[in-house]
Amino acid sequence: MTEYETTDTLDVKGQNCPMPVVKTKQNVDQLAEGDVLEVLATDPGSMSDLGGWADTTDGVELLDQQEGDDVYKHYVRKTEA
Amino acid sequence: MSTDTTQTATSGDEEPSRAELAARVTELEEQIAETTSEDSQPKMSIIATKGTLDMAYPPLILASTAAAFDYEVTVFHTFWGLDILHEKRSKDLKLSSVGNPNMPMPNAIAALPGMDRMTTKMMEKKIDNNDTATIEELIDTSLEMGVEFQACQMTIDLMDYDEDDFYDGVTTGVGAATAIQDMADADIQLLI
Repeated sequence: MTEYETTDTLDVKGQNCPMPVVKTKQNVDQLAEGDVLEVLATDPGSMSDLGGWADTTDGVELLDQQEGDDVYKHYVRKTEA
Repeated sequence: MSTDTTQTATSGDEEPSRAELAARVTELEEQIAETTSEDSQPKMSIIATKGTLDMAYPPLILASTAAAFDYEVTVFHTFWGLDILHEKRSKDLKLSSVGNPNMPMPNAIAALPGMDRMTTKMMEKKIDNNDTATIEELIDTSLEMGVEFQACQMTIDLMDYDEDDFYDGVTTGVGAATAIQDMADADIQLLI
């Protein structure tokens, strides 16, 4: 299914804009280059917001987004330390 | 502006030499490298002027989000916007029920005593039920992420506030010139 190993998981279920993006950034800053962060969110806006954030921000790459029943999963790789 | 350009600073009537051209190319390359590297961190400057509960959110949400985008962010708080940084007053921001046509009540009723308190309570409950971050949470998170909050000195004096009234990490002793300087440097400037 996936070609990446998740290094860490961030649970922002229940939190709303702007927290999913802000917390993801804070978490990614703690990771090493190449690490993959899994973000679990319930905010439907996180699909667009995390995509836009990863697109515009240097040093991160959005590997995948999955829309589950009530949880949105995002996979972000840190590409630059 | 448009003067005769045939006669340039290069020596007399001769064409510039290869060495001169090469030196000029190097100089331009250095300039390009300078403008595109190091200093490429984008900047955002927000002026926050409103202190109602609803208007306190946009500057804080945008500031923390821009910081997540690696923007260098300054928020200059002036007039009622200063209450957002006031540790005590920020926890007691009000929502006005008058003059907001989206409120489910006519202005005549909204103007009755106690109505602002009621609509504020309503909004606070909505914020809580929706798990929307509180003002305090947003300020703490923004500070953690390196957002610079500036408290307008003139307003501090005008409102009779004390420097110690503000959250730790808030910059005081700044004025309009600081805000202009930040705006002149910024890629995004907003007045809220």
